[in-house]
Amino acid sequence: MTKARLTSIGLGVAAAALALLAAFVITSLVLLAAGDPVGDVWGQLLAWPEMRNWANIINNASVLYLSALAVAVGFRMNLFNIGVDGQYRVAAFTAAVVAGEAWLPGYLNTALAIVCAMAVGAIWAGIAGLLRAARGVSEVISTIMLNFIATGLVAYLLRQVSVREEGSNEIGTREIPEGSRIGGIPFGDYEIYGFIVIAAIAGFAFWFVLNRTRFGFDLRATGRSTTAAVASGIDVRRMTVAALMISGAIAGLVGLPILFGDSYTYGSTFQSGLGFAGIAIALLGRNNPIGIAFGAVLFAYLDEQSNPLQILVGVSPDIVAITQGVIVLTVVISYELVRRYGVRLEQREVARVLASSRTDKPKEVSA
Amino acid sequence: MRRTTKFAAVLAAGILALTACGSDSDGDSDAGSDDGNTAAPTSDVKVGMAYDVGGRGDQSFNDSAAAGLDQAKEEGLIAEAQESEAEDGEAESAREERLRTFADAGYDPIIAVGFAYAASVGKVAEEYPDIHFAIIDDSSLADVPNVASLVFAEEQGSFLVGAAAALKTESDHVGFVGGVETPLIQKFEAGYAAGVKAVNPDVKIDVKYLTQVPDFSGFADPAKGKTAAQGMYDNGADIVYHAAGGSGGGVFEAASEAGAKAIGVDSDQYNTADPSVKDVIMTSMLKNVNVAVYEYLKQVSGGTFPSGVTTYDLAVDGVGYSTSGGFIDDITDQLDEYKQQIIDGEITVPDKP
Repeated sequence: MTKARLTSIGLGVAAAALALLAAFVITSLVLLAAGDPVGDVWGQLLAWPEMRNWANIINNASVLYLSALAVAVGFRMNLFNIGVDGQYRVAAFTAAVVAGEAWLPGYLNTALAIVCAMAVGAIWAGIAGLLRAARGVSEVISTIMLNFIATGLVAYLLRQVSVREEGSNEIGTREIPEGSRIGGIPFGDYEIYGFIVIAAIAGFAFWFVLNRTRFGFDLRATGRSTTAAVASGIDVRRMTVAALMISGAIAGLVGLPILFGDSYTYGSTFQSGLGFAGIAIALLGRNNPIGIAFGAVLFAYLDEQSNPLQILVGVSPDIVAITQGVIVLTVVISYELVRRYGVRLEQREVARVLASSRTDKPKEVSA
Repeated sequence: MRRTTKFAAVLAAGILALTACGSDSDGDSDAGSDDGNTAAPTSDVKVGMAYDVGGRGDQSFNDSAAAGLDQAKEEGLIAEAQESEAEDGEAESAREERLRTFADAGYDPIIAVGFAYAASVGKVAEEYPDIHFAIIDDSSLADVPNVASLVFAEEQGSFLVGAAAALKTESDHVGFVGGVETPLIQKFEAGYAAGVKAVNPDVKIDVKYLTQVPDFSGFADPAKGKTAAQGMYDNGADIVYHAAGGSGGGVFEAASEAGAKAIGVDSDQYNTADPSVKDVIMTSMLKNVNVAVYEYLKQVSGGTFPSGVTTYDLAVDGVGYSTSGGFIDDITDQLDEYKQQIIDGEITVPDKP
């Protein structure tokens, strides 16, 4: 390992440590200002969770991980897909209907539902891609508007197909038959979503496609500089549509761990807002599949502390949301600070090398 | 690339901060744990209250449940209460963990406020067979021995205020504003429409729901409520009934500006709404969640844990209408006649529109 590589890893670790330290200080100040017991809050936040809670954290993290991956694909090409939220809800609903109808037996049914979810997610995001490519509409605007349309559309369709249990005020799609559910992986006395395997595969595919294929290179190049991409013969419009469709296809997977591993139906209490959490986590993880995994676990960990904070410590769970927001901001700021410091280090290093080469071979330079 | 990142960072942090603003609990959640200044506790009952989104302070459904809890505490029926509220769009596991955290900390009974808890109460009640649960607005767990289901006949109360609206309207045109289009709120709509039609089949009814699931903001967005009600008043309606929780404040404002009337919901809103608009509140459909919670806790403090379904309907005054302000004093005879007919089963009120 070269010295430069070591320096860059060191700087990365320093940035993360700096961010968490700053977040710790700022959150403590918020707690002090609100008159909450600072010591008790940190005592609870930093207490080692029980196995049951770890199972919840891992489950939640696998869902958040997929969401952040979907956002990160867009970020890598300088596209801001705010629409993951709408994409995953349309897709999860589609998967729930397809799997609930059970046109195919067993796991064929599951596979069909997953493919349908990815396709619907891709199409939903693809609308924004086409608008951007053909008409120059900012994907920020179109995807957020598509979120609203997704909400209305799914609510309408849900009422058309919903079944309602006797005595319940909840509506949902037909339950997925037992043979098509994805079983859990044993975890102590508890189980975690089997779908986590698919999340891991998605993470690996993300890394492989972006870093080891021509397509990934084109995508990253377009993200760095559109003009340079055009100059090197990349069809930027095609790349825009493709990147958003891939982002949407991954978004299509977001709700599925819950659907196939826990709820077995899409109803009015299906978890929402996952797409927005994904944006924050993609930022935390620097659009890197490993970094995103850490970010997802951190967010899921904080979410899990929300109930004990309220019930055992007696503070508002909003503290958790504030802490998450502060972490995102401090991470972005500290990475920027550390990046600038790194650039300065590099400049000094280059200057030193140049200066020494000048003293070594003064004649060549002056010649 | 970096510019997008910074923009995204600010946006993401903003969204998280907004989430934090959305639920305004201001440390109320620990209000229940110290009760030294109230009546000396004569019981050792520790109650865990799991509220729906909005929690204590929503001036609606959750507040009504909180009022029942407070009453029980003042009377010394319970020794201690701890409260916790749901977050918008949270995971199913978060609801379950809320109940488990209460159970592990020794709270018994645990009251789940709102139908969204149905699945999680079902699951956690099975894991903790010795702990007692109550759930409001859901009766799908009727067969679980350690769960009490507290449900209301919202359509019956809504029928009466619908009849009141039809008797009082001068333009033969009334309105209904629902918070979120769920089967529960549709019960209000169905009963209201039936009440209107029972008096005069020719009265026109405008119906508007503020949001669709999973967007539950329709229960907490007065601006949306105001816009919807304004449209109805402009369109010729002179009385609008809302079943929209915190958004109802906007309906009252619109009524005040239009010089028209409105009908409140859940509690007697003539007494709880902003004083500047209380004169537009002709009557309110009472859904006495506080009574249900209080009576449940009374039984618990007496040593019996109820189970099965308890329906709070007109017959037991679980639902009803209010007369504060004296706007409907001239028609209470007619309304009470309808009430008696419903209790006697002569009128069956539909619960689906």
